[in-house]
Amino acid sequence: MMRNTSRFRDGQDREGTVCMTNCPTLIVTVGLPARGKTYISKKLTRYLNWIGVPTKEFNVGQYRRECVKIYKSFEFFRPDNEEGLKIRKQCALAALNDVRQYLSVEGGQVAVFDATNTTRERRATIVRFAEQNGYKVFFVESVCEDPNVIAENIVQVKLGSPDYTDCNTEEAIQDFMKRIKCYENSYQPLDENLDRELSYIKIMNVGQRYLVNRVLDHIQSRIVYYLMNIHITPRSIYLCRHGESDFNVRGCIGGDTGLSPRGKEFAQCLGRFIQDQNIKDLKVWTSQMKRTIQTAEALGVPYEQWKALNEIDAGVCEEMMYEEIQEHYPLEFALRDQDKYRYRYPKGESYEDLVQRLEPVIMELERQENVLVICHQAVMRCLLAYFLDKSAEELPYLKCPLHTVLKLTPVAYGCKVESIYLNVEAVNTHRDKPENVDISRLPEEALLTVPAHY
Amino acid sequence: MERREKAVMRKRTRYESTASVPQFTNSPTMIVMIGLPARGKTYISKKLTRYLNWIGVPTRVFNVGQYRRDAVRTYKSFEFFRPDNEEAMKIRKACALAALKDVFCYFTQDHGQVAVFDATNTTRERREVILTFAKENGYKVFFVESLCDDPEIIAENIKQVKLSSPDYVNCDKEEAVTDFLKRIDCYKLTYVPLDDDKDRSLSYIKIFNVGSRYLVNQVQDHIQSRIVYYLMNIHVTPRTIYLCRHGESELNLLGRIGGDSGLSPRGTKFAAALGTYIRGQCIPDLKIWTSHMRRTIQTAEAIGVPYEQWKALNEIDAGVCEEMTYEEIQNHFTEEFALRDQDKYRYRYPKGESYEDLVQRLEPVIMELERQENVLVICHQAVMRCLLAYFLDKTSDELPYLKCPLHTVMKLTPVAYGCEVESIFLNIEAVNTHRDRPVNVDVDRDPEDALLTVPEHN
Repeated sequence: MMRNTSRFRDGQDREGTVCMTNCPTLIVTVGLPARGKTYISKKLTRYLNWIGVPTKEFNVGQYRRECVKIYKSFEFFRPDNEEGLKIRKQCALAALNDVRQYLSVEGGQVAVFDATNTTRERRATIVRFAEQNGYKVFFVESVCEDPNVIAENIVQVKLGSPDYTDCNTEEAIQDFMKRIKCYENSYQPLDENLDRELSYIKIMNVGQRYLVNRVLDHIQSRIVYYLMNIHITPRSIYLCRHGESDFNVRGCIGGDTGLSPRGKEFAQCLGRFIQDQNIKDLKVWTSQMKRTIQTAEALGVPYEQWKALNEIDAGVCEEMMYEEIQEHYPLEFALRDQDKYRYRYPKGESYEDLVQRLEPVIMELERQENVLVICHQAVMRCLLAYFLDKSAEELPYLKCPLHTVLKLTPVAYGCKVESIYLNVEAVNTHRDKPENVDISRLPEEALLTVPAHY
Repeated sequence: MERREKAVMRKRTRYESTASVPQFTNSPTMIVMIGLPARGKTYISKKLTRYLNWIGVPTRVFNVGQYRRDAVRTYKSFEFFRPDNEEAMKIRKACALAALKDVFCYFTQDHGQVAVFDATNTTRERREVILTFAKENGYKVFFVESLCDDPEIIAENIKQVKLSSPDYVNCDKEEAVTDFLKRIDCYKLTYVPLDDDKDRSLSYIKIFNVGSRYLVNQVQDHIQSRIVYYLMNIHVTPRTIYLCRHGESELNLLGRIGGDSGLSPRGTKFAAALGTYIRGQCIPDLKIWTSHMRRTIQTAEAIGVPYEQWKALNEIDAGVCEEMTYEEIQNHFTEEFALRDQDKYRYRYPKGESYEDLVQRLEPVIMELERQENVLVICHQAVMRCLLAYFLDKTSDELPYLKCPLHTVMKLTPVAYGCEVESIFLNIEAVNTHRDRPVNVDVDRDPEDALLTVPEHN
């Protein structure tokens, strides 16, 4: 909703950016090691980029690893290790320097400064830096005393860290626990009184409780809402398209047709697949178009319809084949190939619009646990791009073939993807970007990458 | 959960619809307010109720003070609220129970989904009663506690809503304020706020000092998450919202709906007049929002200050009926035309949208309007009806028939528990685009019956 482009018929592009925030924002994590700071940083960065807010994370631990090539032990982090402290401070400053480069020179809007930032003194340094550069600061503190959560954390992301490549599990855990101890004595959590002028959210025990102080603007409000909706309960998200439709078979885009015979077969296979997976409390979501509803019907379980999951509206090109689009709208066809993410069909939508439309779906997917989403090609590309952190350039060309289920399982800092083809033949509907995207190109060049159809 | 397919082939006599968003509430939810008098509980209750109803969640407020006023016809003084006034305590408890009984009826008989229990609920004991009641009936409970010790805010509060309360109708200002402050003191003695430790298994939000800080505990589900988000975005800073449509467009003149035409000569005049009007209002830091359609953009351009475009503010998509006159719709889509008249709020144009869809689309706009201060929104007829319905608490039946004429600015100022509206016609003639609901909405009606209420056009 915040980023929008309007195109006038005379070909002039006009951008009106609705202001999420006037000045750049610096998000600063706070917390002992193994409290989920990097998990939150990466996830938040992924979300903000997906909704169109240029965001980048700066992990100070990474700077430290580049500076001190080999990690020996927790002793580096002892508060009386003067050399260690000097290096760590330098790394923080180097990271802040890069933050300034990103926000003030490269046009970034949000920078996530991922470090422990456990002392008031360190935080004051950051606040001064932000003031000097005209950035707003928003702290995200993660507080957690549950030993099970911390242990699981260590298993998931610390054991695989570059710091512990040459250690066995026992040694790594022991060393890491001692590392946490080094921070504990000097840890000054954000204080309700002393820090009442700061803007922050304190997340307690992985989201059981939140303390939110002085939310200043729209972007901070959105960040708080997002952070309050995510969870780390293990679960799987299944994404797939409707079964092959009559229009798919004929090579027509859009429309609202029913399933072809092979599409119906797929629906049956999907039903059996879902049963075999034995998923606890699975929610099934569809769009409000016939082909996804028919697919869900075959599963024989309750499902919920979202209008927001409807396929991208191709406007004047609805129900046309690519050959027809080339014939009737060669200019539009070329412009779309030039910038498939931002291009908006006349009287239709762009991928960029789709992302706006899908944001509430993503938010609810974050809240939910096991979900199967039966949707459409462009929609699935957008959702997949969110989970797999794909850029706006890659998104419109992600491969989402018919009759294939993508099983996404959150793991460590990202998402494991498993692609399961359910063995029912279907047409290919994926059109790659052609070489020649000039408006003066020949029809053959435009149609070179159109997939075969009946 | 809706699982209906639209059977397009058979002739329909009644319109069947599927809401655009799944309903995310399984069990009914009780929102229970907590706080001393003059902490904004009723303000929050009413505003939250208005918002939830607007987004399609049936919600009702149960204000225990109202029950008390019905039980004790005449309010004498703060002595009624003294904690040692046994007779009064009995009455007050009876009122709370009566309200809970009505909550039960609302959920079981009236298909309500959310009930806002608006009372002080300042003792642990009272909250236990409510929790027990909810548990017995399978309702979820979400507490909203408002804490404030800023004497200025409390004084302003008393001025805005207490002085005009039925309780003080025969008092002068001085007396009323004095009595009310003593009333607050009565509650202070027994006030036990939600406790971080003892109440850690409860679901709640604590609002400190009108929103500078929030404590959120154990959010259970989607609706509670949305409520928290909403409460964290509203504010009480005085401000004004201006709503108007684009200037008269070329298609308006021809009696055609939708499309993306430019302004007519009179529309252009209006745009200039709007600029003059806005400058005359001398509004500090005014934000101007338009849709992505030519006619709103052209209108904003004439004002000569920066504006922001929202695709979400685009006019309702009339699908297959885009750019048609009502006469043409009657001719080519007779059945659709009648079905729309039967249920204008839920009716979705084939390949288009319904008002219900519009509301979903506009929700982020409303959320941002709540965050902002002074804003001028230049939009379209159906869009403006939806926004107006939110601010003026209109039902889904009234919404599609709200009058939003061209060349007229609606100035909305939040005051007390609602919104003051001022309608300013900028004195530039324009066609009327308002089509009232005809008397006959049968699919078998005569064309004349269908077209009876179509406004004039070229």
